[in-house]
Amino acid sequence: MWTWFYRLASPPHVYRTAAALTPWFFAVAAVTIGYGLIDGLAFAPPDYQQGDAFRIIYVHAPSAWLSLFAYTTMAFAGAVALIWRIKVGYAVAAAAAPIGASFTLVALVTGSLWGRPMWGTYWAWDPRLTSELILLFLYFGVISLRQAFEDPARGDRAAALLGIVGVINVPIVHFSVYWWNSLHQGGTVMRLGKPEMATSMLWPLLAMLFGFMCFFGAVLCMRLRGEVLNRERQSTWVREAVKP
Amino acid sequence: MSIGAFPAMRLILRRELRLYFRRPDQLLQPLVFFLIVTTLFPLALSPRLSLLRDMAPGVLWVAALLSSLLSLETLFKADAEDGTLEQLALSGQSLGVIVIAKTLAHWLVSGVALVAMSPLVATALAIPTDAFPVMFASLALGTLTLSWLGAIGAGLTVGLRRGSVLLSLIVLPLAMPLLIFGASATDRAIGGESPAGALYFLGALCVFTTSLAPVAAAAALRITLE
Repeated sequence: MWTWFYRLASPPHVYRTAAALTPWFFAVAAVTIGYGLIDGLAFAPPDYQQGDAFRIIYVHAPSAWLSLFAYTTMAFAGAVALIWRIKVGYAVAAAAAPIGASFTLVALVTGSLWGRPMWGTYWAWDPRLTSELILLFLYFGVISLRQAFEDPARGDRAAALLGIVGVINVPIVHFSVYWWNSLHQGGTVMRLGKPEMATSMLWPLLAMLFGFMCFFGAVLCMRLRGEVLNRERQSTWVREAVKP
Repeated sequence: MSIGAFPAMRLILRRELRLYFRRPDQLLQPLVFFLIVTTLFPLALSPRLSLLRDMAPGVLWVAALLSSLLSLETLFKADAEDGTLEQLALSGQSLGVIVIAKTLAHWLVSGVALVAMSPLVATALAIPTDAFPVMFASLALGTLTLSWLGAIGAGLTVGLRRGSVLLSLIVLPLAMPLLIFGASATDRAIGGESPAGALYFLGALCVFTTSLAPVAAAAALRITLE
């Protein structure tokens, strides 16, 4: 069973699988994001309190969710690589980090644009906002730690360990709105029982969430192929794969 | 011949402390840095006492964080450079034991000294004497937590030539919750409110890092030493 598992994680296999998956991820992402944008921006009813300004939620919430999802992916891939010595895990972690950092940045920027009309300020030192900012700094730390080592294998392992240590921040970001009195509104979708949102607003949001996940998958696959090629550049299969 | 974990820990601890006291400059520099940083704030903002009292817990904590970070850089560095760390790692003792001993020594030298220094700075920043016990407790718990977090960072960056900036980049985000609760405990004590909640949180963070950080720091050293 383990040999099967290791073959699955072998660089050429991962390279080919990622190449095969990329267009599918992109197609699904295009359809769901397209639907979510059109329905969310044009047809969903305006919020009774926030008017049309609430529509930024269709970008903000999925990016914030993805910022945590990408971090968890990165830390999990790093843990798998550290524990079972599956080198492709490091490539996944290295590929996921900049994407996650970008999603975090998008979540912070859209959130601050949303905060201006709603709270009257671009930035508040609120637990949710601060912990999301810490998440961005953690991404920076992981990325620069990986690059700081002359020996890339060592940098990979160090970055994976830091990623695992930083996982502690993920539940803090997620639960900060429940634990502390926060300016940020509580969760409206991810909760047990009925979501606190009209279905006409909810469907486009769920579509956007799913679309963003697929987009993350697609970009991850693309970056992963680059990482794998770079890491395996000495091996014969790469020379054959990139032969013109 | 092999010895148990606790005697080994005691030996390393004693060696570390002796080394620190043989080189007092290493011990004093972070403390002087702590003093200078706290002096900068009244100069930069305004020497008004009411304002200083409001800012004092934050100033104290930021300065403590920075000065502790300064001394963390050397936690493993000297021993890694002259090969002592490798010998210790090969000694048959688990790396965790070595990390615990070295980090405790670091805390005893930097953290406890900082706590001892804090009344001086606190008086200059117009913190009332009633708040001192809470300030001592929060700083003691906080600096120990910080030493643990810093041990992870120092373990990860020990082999790097330009590790100091990276060390701050790694440790400071992790230390932010510490800063929030530490400063708010002192702040509440100054305002006459009960600081219990924040102190409990600091205690919880301290216990949490004490139990897990040695494992993480040992893993970090294993990666960077090899």
